[in-house]
Amino acid sequence: MRKPLYRDHALVLRVQRLGEADRIISLLTRTHGRVRAVARGVRRTTSRFGARLEPFGHIDVQCSEGSSLDTVMQVEGLSLFGRHLLEDYPRYTTASAIAETAERLTPIEKEPTLRLYLLTLGALNALAEKERPATLILDAYLLRAMSYAGWAPSLRACAVCAEAGPHRAFSVPAGGVVCPNCRPPGAAHPSTDALNLMNALLEGDWGTAQSTDVKIRGESSGLVAAHLQWHLERGLRSLPLVDRRESTT
Amino acid sequence: MYEGAIQDLIDELSRLPGIGPKSAQRLAFHVLAADTTDIKRLSAALTRVKEEVRFCVLCFNVAEEEKCRICRDPRRRDDALCVVEEPKDVVAIERTGEFRGRYHVLGGAINPLEGVGPDQLRIRELMSRLSSGETSELILATDPNTEGEATATYLALMVKPMGITVTRLASGLPVGGDLEYADEITLGRAFEGRRKL
Ligand SMILES: [Zn+2]
Ligand SMILES: [Zn+2]
Repeated sequence: MRKPLYRDHALVLRVQRLGEADRIISLLTRTHGRVRAVARGVRRTTSRFGARLEPFGHIDVQCSEGSSLDTVMQVEGLSLFGRHLLEDYPRYTTASAIAETAERLTPIEKEPTLRLYLLTLGALNALAEKERPATLILDAYLLRAMSYAGWAPSLRACAVCAEAGPHRAFSVPAGGVVCPNCRPPGAAHPSTDALNLMNALLEGDWGTAQSTDVKIRGESSGLVAAHLQWHLERGLRSLPLVDRRESTT
Repeated sequence: MYEGAIQDLIDELSRLPGIGPKSAQRLAFHVLAADTTDIKRLSAALTRVKEEVRFCVLCFNVAEEEKCRICRDPRRRDDALCVVEEPKDVVAIERTGEFRGRYHVLGGAINPLEGVGPDQLRIRELMSRLSSGETSELILATDPNTEGEATATYLALMVKPMGITVTRLASGLPVGGDLEYADEITLGRAFEGRRKL
C-alpha cells in the first residue's frame, strides 16, 4: 500500500542524528502542527537535501506518513534563516531558545498550531534580518508564546485578586505582579521600567521596547525566563546558553 | 526475546550508536557463528581500548601515552593549530596529507538544544594553549553543518581579538554533511582553499 503524502510549509526546529547517515528532523508545520520526520542519507556529502534541512530554515516540504516517524521526500528552501544566524553567535543561540520553546509548547505531535507557527516564523525572520536587538526578539517571543499557552504573566492587575495596578511586587509562582495584600513572601521588586518593557513586548510596542537600556532589558529577561521555567516541567536547555552579548556583526 | 547470554549481547549491542535492534540481533548471531579465535581477538581489542587508550593531555586526541603521536612529533609545525570536533576528524585530515601542524580536539560541537555550550567542550583548554603565543594560524575544521558552523563562529569571536589569524575550511564541502564523509580529495581542497574569517 502506498503511504499517504502531504505537503506543507515548515520551520526546522531541531535535527538529531539517527543511525549512520540519517537525521530526525523536528518540524513546526503551518497546518500539520509539530511533526518528526526522518531524512535519509542527509549526512552524506552526496545528499540531495543539502543544507535545506539545517535548523531554523523555512521550507516547503513533502513527507510520507509512517507509523511512528514520517519520512522527508522532498524539500525546497523558502528562507534558510540558519545561514544568516550562524554568522552571529548571540543570534544563533537566541534562535535555539526560540526553537526549543516552540518544541516544548507543542507536546502533542500533529496538533495544528497556526498562531505559534506564525509567531515562530516572525521571530526567526526578525532575528535573521537583524531588525531589532536579539534579547528583545527573544523576550517578546517567549511572552507571546506563553500567552498563547495561557500563562502570560499578569503585568498590570494583581495576579491573585485582579485589583487594578500598577503594582510593584512580582511573584513568579503567583503569576505576575501582586498587590500589597496578596504579595507572597519572596516576591521580587523589579523596576517599573522593566515591567513596562515586558508589557511593551507583549503588546508589540517596539518604540517603547527599543528605548530601554541594557540594564532594564537584563532585568526583564530574568523575569521572563523565570516565569517560563516555572511553567515548563523541565527547564529549557538552551535558555541558559543564550549569549546575551549584542550582535557581533 | 532470546534467553540469557545471547539476549544480553543483543541488549548491549543495541545501546551502541547507529545500531538498531535488528542490526544488534544480526551482529549477535554473527558473533555466535564466528570462529572462537576471531571473537577472542575482538573481545581483547574491546578491553584494551578502555584500558590502554586515553586522551592526549595537550590536544585531547586519542593517545596511548600521555601525549598523542602528533603532539610528540618534533617535525610538526607549532605555529598552525587545527580545531576539530572528534578524534576521527584528525584521521580524516591526516589522510589528506595537507596539514603538518598540530590539532585540538573539542570533544563535540556547540548544540544549545542538547545543552552543549562552550563550557561543555575543550574550549577553555584551547584558549590556554593559544595564550602561549606560539600559534599564528588557527584553522577551524569543525563539521560543515549547523553545530560545526556555530562552533566556528563562537571560536572566531573569541580568538580574533587575540590577533591570531583564524581560517575556516573552504565551503567546497557540502553543507549539512559530516567531515568524516568527505573524501580525501574534497577535504584536501577544502584545506588548501581555506578562507580567513
Ligand atoms: Zn491582590
Ligand atoms: Zn596530542
